[in-house]
Formats: sequence, C-alpha cells, structure tokens
Amino acid sequence: MRFVQKTNYAQDVNLFLHNGQRFWYGLLALAVLLAPLVLDRFYLGEFAYLYIWAIAGVGLMLLVGYTGLVSLGHAAFLAIGAYAHAWLLTQGVPFVLSVPLATAFCAIIGYLVGLPALRMTGIYLAIATLAFERIAAWVIEHWESVTGGHFGMRVPDPTVFGMNLDGPVPFYYLCLGILSLSLFAALNLLRSPTGRAFIAVRDSEVSAQSMGINLARTKCTAFALSAAFTGLAGTLFSHRIGYLAPDAFTVQTSIQLLLMVVVGGLGSLQGVVYGAIFLGLLPQAIAIGRDVLPQWIGEIPGLEPGLFGAILVLFLIFEPLGIHGRWVKVRLWFDQFPLYRRATYKRQRSYLRTERVR
Amino acid sequence: MPRVFACRTRRAHTILETLQLLIIGISQGCVYGLIALGFVLIYKATEMVNFAQGDMMMLGAFIAFSLIEAFDWLFAFVPVLGALPGASFAFAFLGTLLVMAAFGVVLERGVLRPMIGEPPFAVLMLTIGLGFVLRAVAGAIWGNQPRALDSPFAGGTFDLGGLIIGYENVAIVVGTALLCGALYLFFRFTRIGIAMQAASQNQLAAFYVGIPVKRVFALVWAISAAIAAAAGILVAPVNLIDPLMGFIGIKAFAAAIVGGFGSLPGAIVGGLLIGIAEPFVALHLPPGLSEVSAFVILLAMLVVRPQGIFPSLQQKKV
Repeated sequence: MRFVQKTNYAQDVNLFLHNGQRFWYGLLALAVLLAPLVLDRFYLGEFAYLYIWAIAGVGLMLLVGYTGLVSLGHAAFLAIGAYAHAWLLTQGVPFVLSVPLATAFCAIIGYLVGLPALRMTGIYLAIATLAFERIAAWVIEHWESVTGGHFGMRVPDPTVFGMNLDGPVPFYYLCLGILSLSLFAALNLLRSPTGRAFIAVRDSEVSAQSMGINLARTKCTAFALSAAFTGLAGTLFSHRIGYLAPDAFTVQTSIQLLLMVVVGGLGSLQGVVYGAIFLGLLPQAIAIGRDVLPQWIGEIPGLEPGLFGAILVLFLIFEPLGIHGRWVKVRLWFDQFPLYRRATYKRQRSYLRTERVR
Repeated sequence: MPRVFACRTRRAHTILETLQLLIIGISQGCVYGLIALGFVLIYKATEMVNFAQGDMMMLGAFIAFSLIEAFDWLFAFVPVLGALPGASFAFAFLGTLLVMAAFGVVLERGVLRPMIGEPPFAVLMLTIGLGFVLRAVAGAIWGNQPRALDSPFAGGTFDLGGLIIGYENVAIVVGTALLCGALYLFFRFTRIGIAMQAASQNQLAAFYVGIPVKRVFALVWAISAAIAAAAGILVAPVNLIDPLMGFIGIKAFAAAIVGGFGSLPGAIVGGLLIGIAEPFVALHLPPGLSEVSAFVILLAMLVVRPQGIFPSLQQKKV
C-alpha cells in the first residue's frame, strides 16, 4: 500500500496524488493521442462518439453525482445545445464563437430550470425535469422557423480558421480536446469552494446551510454548470449526427445519460468515462453477439434497451457504486492483500420513517 | 381529436361538443387515475417509486390478450360457457389479475426486497431499468405490432340524443369506481389494510408491534400490479396494445403528483384533471400541445402548490 507523505500544503491541491498516477494518466493520454495511427475510420468515429457522451456525462455527474439532484431531462440540454449551435452556424457565426455561445445559452436555460427546482428534491425534481424535457421537445418540434420542425435541419461542417474539421481524424481530436478540457474544468471546479459546496449540499442540506452555504445559489449554479457541459456535448453531437431532427433527443436519451452515470459510478469523474465506454461498447457487443447467438435471440425487438435495463438493475442491486466503485474495491483488495475485510464497504441501511401522517 | 364536432353555428352543438369531450376526457382520466393509483399505493406503503407501473399495465394487457385466446380455445369444447358471449373475457380478466398479482409478488421478492433501505433515487433508477426489461420481454413474446383485445366492450355505443358514449368508456369509468370503492373499504376496514397504513408510516415501529412488514410489502406490490393489469385491460379497447403503451405511465405519474403524491383520492382527481384537459387543449389550442398539456399542468402545479391537491405531507419538503 502506498502512503504519500505530505511535506507541503500545495500537495493537498495537486491534481495527481503521486507519481504513479502521473505515469498511468500520462500513458493513457499518449494512447488516446496516438489512437488515430492504429484505428480505422469506423472506430475513430465510435471513439469520438464516446467522448461526446463523456462530456455530457460530466455535466450530469456534477448534478447527480456531486450535488445529489436527479435530472431525467438532460436530453433537453443536449438538444438545446445542438440546435442553438446549428442555428448560430447557419446564421454565419464562426464555429469558435458559436460553441461558447451555445454553451452559455444552455447555462442560462439550466439556471432558469434550476430556479423552480429549488423547491423540490428527489422524485419531484426528477419528474419535473422530465416534464421540462417533454416541453422543450415540443417547442423544438413546433418552432419551425428556427429548428425546421419535423423536417429537421442540416448542420454545417465545423470549420476553425478556414480548416474543415469534419474528417474522422480532426473530429476525433476536436472531441478529445474538448473532453480533456471539460474533465480538467470539472476537476478544478470540484477542488474549488463551489464544488465543495456541491458535495456538502449532496451529503446534507441542513449541515451545508449551517456552514453558511447558500442553498439556492449553489443548486442553481449546479444546474447551470451541468446544463453548460451537456450543451457543450450537444454542439459536438450535432456535428456527429450531421442532421438534427426532434426524434434524436427523447426521454430515452435522458435515461441513457443517467444510466451511464449510474453504471460508471456516482460521485467520480472516472465513473463518467467508464460509463461512456460501457454505453459505447454495449451496442458493438450486441452486434457481435447477434452473429454468434441463435437467430431468434438476435431478432428480439428492443433487445438493446432491454439489456441496458437488465444491466442497470443488476448494477443497482449488486454494485451500487458502479464500475468505478468496483475498481476501487479491487484495488483496495490488492493493496491490503491478505488483510482485506469484506465489511469495508458494507452499506448502512436506513429504515423508513416517513413524515407523512395520513 | 374530433374536429368533426367543430361545428359551432348553434349553441346546442357547442354544449354537446363540450359534453362529448368531457366524456372522452373522463374515461381517459380514469385510466391515468388507475395507473396513478398503483404508483401511489406503492409509494404510500414502501416509499418506493415504481416507474415501471405503466409497463406493468402493458404486460397485464398482453397477458389478458393471450388468456382470452386460450380461454376461447378451451371454451370451444365446453357446451355452456362457449355459448356465453363474454365468458372467456371474464375468466381472462380474473386470470390476468391473479397472474399479475403473482408477478408483483415475485418482483418484490426478487428485485425490490434487496433495495429496502437504499436511497429513493436508486429505486427509481431500478424501476426505470425494469421498465426497459419488461418492454423487451413483451416485445420478444408478443412482437411489436399493435394488437386489439377481443373485449365485449369494444365498438358498441350508447346514443343519448346526439351524445355518443362508447361502451368501453363506460366500462373504464365503472371499473375505476368499483376498484376505488374496493380499495377504500380494504384500507378502512380490514386488518391487513390497517397494517399496511401502519407499515407505510413507520417501517421499524410497525415491525416491532408485530406487523409482518415484508409480507405487507409483497401484498402491496401484488395489489398494485393487479390494478395496473385492470387498467391495461380497460384501456385496451381504446388504445391498441403494444410494448410501448406503457409510456402513458409518465402522464399518470404527472397525475399522481398533481393529486398530491401519497393520496389515493388525489391520484384519481389528478388523473381526471389531466385526462379532461387533454381533449379540450387538443380542440382549442395549437396542434400537438395536448401531448404536453399534462406536463404543463404538472410544472404549474409544482410551482404554485408543490404539495398537490390533496397534500399528504405535513412537514416534509417535497
């Protein structure tokens, strides 16, 4: 087991705890940077897609995993980001300006959604965000002058200073770059007072308030930042699908985002990436499975969402901390090899005592 | 929605049209109310939120579909029953309620019992996942094409001086009223019903005074699944049955919250409110708005009166 002896206060705020982490994350960075040399077009596209999901997941993780507010409506922010970006591009706004503008627009919408959401928690918030998502989808479907309604709208190619980034390799690097920036921003955010306030609110609203945290402002900030990250993913998503139509963003998309965050592991940024990998690989695995398994299994309609659902159920029952949680346990087992105790992560159950009196 | 009635030259027509829309709204609202009843029942007793309630309704409708076919085949050999028109439907109805109640118990025992004591969010995600699984299972067994239930209520209409009321609408309203009455009596007067109320207020205390909390929970799930099945069978003549029909569960959810989550009469009232609003919005406001009217009502309610029409929360913040 590794003990880091701290000799300096600056070590407390370092991004990496020790040189081992620097080495492994450096290796990972090298691998993803050099990936276009080995991977073909198809897999590059899939990886770029995975990065986009991860960016959206960072947004949702800030809200669900760190602030403890559940949103079933994040597909709306993805859609708003995508449509705002595409509309700005068609109005002649350059790509480098349009992405931040669309992101900022999403942040504003997120802040506005956060305002009424302050009065709710848990299930009420989830259903309210779901309602918001349905209403946003309706607006997108019917505001034809801007969104093209059912016919959808074509998204212009991304061009930066005259360079067309639509090819698989440039687009891969674009997504990778924005994902790295998002992860870095989220990491820094979580080390800042704002991020600490998020976590305090998640763990106990009462104790957070008594430490002087402004609950209303913190929750609204969380919503705005979460919407901004998801909207940023939306701008890239619009280029990825190339043609925006209302049926690209549904309740299913919101649920997939939430599933990604839960399966990856709530309360960890690594979990977002694991979840995105899971979400990106599962369709491939199913496609391979279809060739191997008997035909009648492969022809079941709705097989993919069904498998998603089954995996989600299994994770929630057997590993509520997600893939990241499992990894942490495995690492701890190796760290403390002969002395690992199963009870380390035993969950504390709390039994219901409701405030409802009728 | 029925633009046919949009003839507004005479006042009588307008009244008739309004009544007609009201009837459509009430019967649709009863369906929302029934599904919402299932939500509320489970929430009241176990403080869990079952997002798969709509999908349980879908499953119930499909099981009824298969049972009707089975009984049709069986009764062809039975002289007396074969001659009765609604016999196989009646048997299938009861059979479906039993099958779904058993399914509810299995679900509670297998999937939800391990989740007792977990945060509500985890249970919510779990039931969302469950909904996906149920949809895939139904798709695998019955296929994705919509099917019509062979119901004795389908097609027939009463004509009350120009006012046309379908049998199926009457069946929905009567069925809802009967179920609500039965539930009221059950919770008010039976021993186990009162035990359920106790378990819903304080699990640990109920356990200490000797209420079999686990069995009570299993029973709640059984009742709630049976109600979902009843809703599915009643709505089947109006909407066709297909694996995605459970999505109206989301609107029923809105209904439950509008009514005040945790209140049984609230569920029905909320369902009626949303059900009645829909046809009127469809007629008088821009097209497509009726699909989201339930959510607009929900958001408005959450902003203005978050505890719902019949609040059941005393101190707890919603």
